[in-house]
Amino acid sequence: MKIYNAKPILIGLAIFIGLATFPLWFNMGKAAPPPDPKLDTPVIQRMAVKQCIMPKDQMRTEHMQLLNDWRTEVVRNNNRIYTASDGKQYNMSLQNECMNCHSNKSQFCDQCHIYAGLQADATPYCWTCHIAPKENK
Amino acid sequence: MESSRRNFMKIGGACALGLGALPIVKAYAKNEKPQVAPDSKALVATKWAMVIDMKKCWEKGKPGCKDCLLACHSVHNVPEIKTIKEEIKWIWNEQYEHVFPGQENHFLPEEIRQKPFIVLCNHCTNPPCVRVCPTKATFKRKDGITMMDYHRCIGCRYCMAGCPYGARSFNFRDPRPYIQTELNMTYPTRERGVVEKCSFCDERLAVGLLPACVEACKCGALCFGDIEDPNSEVRKLLASRFTIRRKPELGTQPSVYYIV
Repeated sequence: MKIYNAKPILIGLAIFIGLATFPLWFNMGKAAPPPDPKLDTPVIQRMAVKQCIMPKDQMRTEHMQLLNDWRTEVVRNNNRIYTASDGKQYNMSLQNECMNCHSNKSQFCDQCHIYAGLQADATPYCWTCHIAPKENK
Repeated sequence: MESSRRNFMKIGGACALGLGALPIVKAYAKNEKPQVAPDSKALVATKWAMVIDMKKCWEKGKPGCKDCLLACHSVHNVPEIKTIKEEIKWIWNEQYEHVFPGQENHFLPEEIRQKPFIVLCNHCTNPPCVRVCPTKATFKRKDGITMMDYHRCIGCRYCMAGCPYGARSFNFRDPRPYIQTELNMTYPTRERGVVEKCSFCDERLAVGLLPACVEACKCGALCFGDIEDPNSEVRKLLASRFTIRRKPELGTQPSVYYIV
């Protein structure tokens, strides 16, 4: 088999493959550090049983759904008290309840959100209105 | 496929059985919902209303008193933007001719013409803002409060065009740098691109507190209560004093009454 114009075609092919795989070899060995959400806030450290309103794994995958449901319940139905499965009651408020324990937004929320490629203040855009707790940095 | 009347009846019967089983499946599939409930301290009413006694405000209040305005705007992190087009207001002062247009009789008392009236969202029974909102971001609560869901507002400003009282303000820019009062860390701010207004302090009612303006007024000019309850303060005032409402001819049925 003979390739017509083999020289320019092969050179062009090599350049194309080089460019197409540029992101791969450019970022080789520079893996972003895995997120490391911290739970060492003063309020959490004072807790006898370190338990969020749902088990950790469930919170990790479902917190967005939970926040969405809380929003609907509070704003639309005026229900503000959430009774967890262990019977404990919580005020359904991101700003006044969640962030009361997780007062370290940059060490907790942002850790995964930034790792997952969500911009710190754009998506999820909680903090354009809700006021994040003051952190001692 | 060969089909007979007999087969058709069989399939039909199976389908009917399947449909009949649906409610049973649903009943089994329903899982225990986590409990949500209102706060036990919450103030409840069939229909909230406010009576503003302007006479009391002018006579008992010190001249230029803005206690109610400041209380509201600091509690709700309302920014202070000076230009008329961009200003944000939940409760503010207005002249008689703007509050009650169409009722500007000749030779009104100087006091009525000159003194400031307190105006806020009227929480209409028939609110035009709710009717025009394309996303249902503003809606009517069962207890008569015209609420805003800022999460859902797309900033189209139909409600501002619909509101005949100018009670709604649009955030043309990020309001945060313009908040002059100390930030209330327990209440959110708003963001650029949403409309905001008075909410009759739904967040305070929910924990058993009266609206911030009512609480802040030292001369008791603002009266807040359940208009459907014959023994409420609001009803007593309405029964004993002559009151007027803003632009009654529009049929919006405001829940804010004025004694002038």
